[in-house]
Order: sequence, then structure tokens, then C-alpha cells
Amino acid sequence: MSPIHDQSYRRYSGSREPMGRAWAVIAWAGIRGMLNKKLFLGVLVGAWIPVLVFTVRIWFAVTYPQAGQLFGVTPAMFQQFIEVQTLFMFFVTVYVGSGLIANDRRANALQIYLAKPLMRVEYIAGKVAILAAFLLFITLVPGLLLIILQVSFSGSFAFISSNPHVLPAVILSSLVHVVVASFAMLALSSLSKSARYVAILYTGVIFFTSAMAGILFGITGSTRGAWISIGMNLELVTDLMFRQKPSYEAPVTVSVLILAGLVALSISVLERRVRGVEVVK
Amino acid sequence: MNDSPAVRLDKVSVVYGRNQALKDVSAVFPKGAVGLLGPNGAGKSTMLKSLLGFLTPTKGTLEVLGLNVADKPLEIRARLGYMPESDGHIPGMNAVTFVAYCGQLAGLPKTDAMQRAHEVLYYVGLGEARYRNVETYSTGMKQRIKLAQALVHDPDLLFLDEPTNGMDPKGREEMLELVRDLAHNKGVNLILSSHLLPDVEYTCDYVVVLDKGTVATHGSIEQLKGPAGRVFEVRVKGNLPPFIAALEAAGMACQETEEDIMRVFVPGEAMGGGVDQQRICGLARTSGVQVRHLKASLPSLEDVFAKAVGES
Repeated sequence: MSPIHDQSYRRYSGSREPMGRAWAVIAWAGIRGMLNKKLFLGVLVGAWIPVLVFTVRIWFAVTYPQAGQLFGVTPAMFQQFIEVQTLFMFFVTVYVGSGLIANDRRANALQIYLAKPLMRVEYIAGKVAILAAFLLFITLVPGLLLIILQVSFSGSFAFISSNPHVLPAVILSSLVHVVVASFAMLALSSLSKSARYVAILYTGVIFFTSAMAGILFGITGSTRGAWISIGMNLELVTDLMFRQKPSYEAPVTVSVLILAGLVALSISVLERRVRGVEVVK
Repeated sequence: MNDSPAVRLDKVSVVYGRNQALKDVSAVFPKGAVGLLGPNGAGKSTMLKSLLGFLTPTKGTLEVLGLNVADKPLEIRARLGYMPESDGHIPGMNAVTFVAYCGQLAGLPKTDAMQRAHEVLYYVGLGEARYRNVETYSTGMKQRIKLAQALVHDPDLLFLDEPTNGMDPKGREEMLELVRDLAHNKGVNLILSSHLLPDVEYTCDYVVVLDKGTVATHGSIEQLKGPAGRVFEVRVKGNLPPFIAALEAAGMACQETEEDIMRVFVPGEAMGGGVDQQRICGLARTSGVQVRHLKASLPSLEDVFAKAVGES
């Protein structure tokens, strides 16, 4: 007599997905995990409040052109939006990113991940995608939405055609902010087993570099030392993209090089730290 | 492909900093259940991690299921299940989500992975606890979940690194039963790395003994246990060292156990008629000790291990 349901081990004869998709599995699981946290949902909702404010501003400027001087829709307005969002980017980066690798290291999960048919770069890509998805959701997505709303409210493409650099500037500046924040945070997260420590470290790096730049201003009376600050480098690059007057005197090429170097350094740290086995020499 | 061994190592050396963990190791692990035996620090975990591609050997080649580890690491890992020695889980997940997630990472479609996760969790005895967060599990349960995540994608070869570590006797027995069932009834090839001889003896048919980064001996357990020689349990009263020296001079090997009983290995073909017993008693007499207990014993893997790693 055979049992009603065999609960013993059975061989699997179904299909298997092609290799190279594990990063998406990691990313989706991470995104779903974060969306289950009510506090984080609150942060996301908060990050969209400026979108509402800017939407009203665009509507007002389009509906009452006489108020244009005060509330005018200009390329600078879109840059201002990106800059406002950097505050929320900081919170989301700390909340989402600090534990991305640190928690896996604490739970010895790297050996589980890397014993599966996935490369280290897929693991890193999956983790970056989690943070990048949320950061893009509060920068690029609302940035593009504001452009669409401007076109919808005005009923013409006049603004876009007279300012063709705005759309690429919104896309590029969002991407630069997201890439720098994602890789820097992920690299820091790979250095520790404590998400809390990583959060403090990231906050320290951001504020310490800005404080150092501030001290230099005080001493020299010049903003040429702005390249020391990660945030100011991002501001300078954003100024360039939106074709605005640079906020600081530091050369923008130096800022670009520093940001590129930071991303390269982060990738190098990740390459060293994300391994299936920790070798203590 | 079917004729290829589960694992083949050819002159493999692995170095950790200044420490050479594997020294020019050549070994063949046939399909079936193979025990990787050795004292702590012998290089067992290093060997498994090298086979997984976590460590790159400084010298030599590694093959798993006929594929070169250096060339086809992903193809190999798609067909491997690895149960690590240390605790490991994905933070913030319950057991069924964790195991299904591991299935997806190994290439199973989402729905299949979830179905397999339920099945495998029942198989390892965590069916009732499958919706609990893994972080709340006891040590024994964590061992079981590690086995479940290694099994979910139905690997052709399973690496089990000290699977009974930290388990209570009942849990240990159940874990060994699972491993034995997988190897002997479910057709899963496995390599069980352990320093616990009874675990290997109960679950495996073949054994590779590592010591100080080299292969001390290898072969089927039956073959290794049943050489031309006999084992006796001996307890004596008197000064032991001269007696041990006399036994060793006569070509016998001695191993002291935890109690006051020695295990004496007598090499050569059995002569019958109590000749071996008479020789031991004769040596005891000439060494000035009294034999209080002398009993023929079945050779165990412990004897093989002791001889191989030179503890006798």
C-alpha cells in the first residue's frame, strides 16, 4: 500500500533558469524585504513630499504666468529638486544600504550565496540594485515625472525644446548621485558585520568631509577646497550638468575625478571583501 | 561523464598566508558516499572550499563531476549542494522563504523553488517550524536548515562539512540517518567531512583520510577495516610502557582508548587456535604485567584512522 503523500526526498526533474539571473533574484528579494518595513515606507512617502510641492509650483507657474518671476519653471528649478532630494537620498542610503552586506557577513550568508551558481559580481550587482532602485525611485522617477507634468500642465514642449539639456541633466545627475552613494555605501557595508556601525561610518564620512571643506573655507576664505567634500563634488557636477554657475571655486574636473575614484575604490573594496571564505593572514 | 569520479584532485597545494593547508594532494573520490576524515586542521574544509572555488590552489588541478573547477565553477556549483560547517543563513527570512530563495539562486523557477522548499523542509524534519525566522532556530535546527538549503535544487553531489556539529545525541542520530538515506536510497553522491569517526563509518562506504594537509590513506571502509590483521581489546595491570614496547617490537600496533583498555592490532594472516592471544599473553608475561582482559574485537574505522595518522 503506497502512502497518500510521500514526504521523503524526491529528485527534481523540472526546468532550470539560465545562469546569470541570480542578481535579479537577490535584488527582488531585497526590495520586497525593505517594502515590508513600515518605517521605511514612511521614509519613501516622505521623500515624495517635495515632489508634491514642486508639482504645485509648476502648476502655479503654468496657470499664473504673471507669477513666473517668483515661481518660474527653469532648469535651475529641476536642479533644486535634485538637491532637495539628496537629503532623502542620505536617509534611504543609510536605512537600506548599511545592512546590505554587513548583515550577510554577520549571518555568514556569503558562503551560502557563493556556493550557488552565481559570480561575486552578480551578488554585488544584486545588492547595488536594491539600493539603486530605491534611490532612483526618489530622484530619477520624480524628476522625470516633474518634466512630464510641466509638459502636461503647459500643453506644449516649449520648455523642453528651449532647454534641451534639462532632460539629460535630470537623468545623468540622478544616476551620478545614485551610483556614488550606492557603491560607497556598499563598500562600507562590506567592511563590517554591524549595520549600525556602517551607518555611523557613512554619516561620518559625508559630514566629516563637508566639515573639513568648511574649515578650509574659514581658513583660506576661498571655496577652492570644496573637492574635499563628497557632497560638494556632487553639487559641482550637478551644476555642470544643468549648465549653472558653479557653486564653488574648485575645478569641476577634479570633482569628476574624485567621484570616479571613489566609485573605483569602492569596487576595489568590494572585490576584496566579497568572498566565500575569509582568509585571515 | 557518468564514469568520471565525483571529485579528483591532482597535486593540489593550497596556501593560507604562511600556512600550507594542502600539500601536493592527489586523490580520487568515487561516486557514492565518501567520508573525508581527519583531525581538526587536517585540511578538510580547505579542500571543500577549494572544490567550491572559494580558494584558488597555488598548484594542481581540481575536478568535480568531470569538470575543471578553474574553468567551469558555475556549472559545477549548479550541480553541487554545500552545507557549511559554520552557521549560515540569509538574515530576516523564515525557513521556507530562505530555502526557496536558495533554490531560486541555484536556478529553480520561483514556483518550483517554493514547492521544493516545503518538501525538503519536511524531509529534514523542519516541516512544522518552516514559517519561523531562521534566527530563532536552535543549533540542531540550524544544522537541518543548512542541509535543506543544500538539497533544495537537487544537487548531484553534496558537500557536508561537519553536519552533526553541536547536535544533541538524538538530533545527531537523525541527521546521520538523513545523510545515510540520501546516499543509499536517494542516489545523491556526497562527501562528508568530519573528524567524528562513527559519523563517517555509519554513513559512508569510502573514506579519504587527511592529516596535516596530505592524504594519509584512502579506500573503501570495508577494505581498510578488514586487512590481514586482527584487533584485540586488552587490559593489563602493571607497568604499561615495557608491555607496549614489547608489542611494538613484535610488529603489533597499540592504541590507548579513553578507559584503561588498549586496542592491539596484530598484523598478518589469522592463524586461528588462539595463537594471537597466546602471543599477547606471552609478551605480557615477559614484560611483567598481568592480563586482566583480552577479547577479540572487530576492526573499526578508528583503528584505520589511528594507524593512518600515526596516533598508534
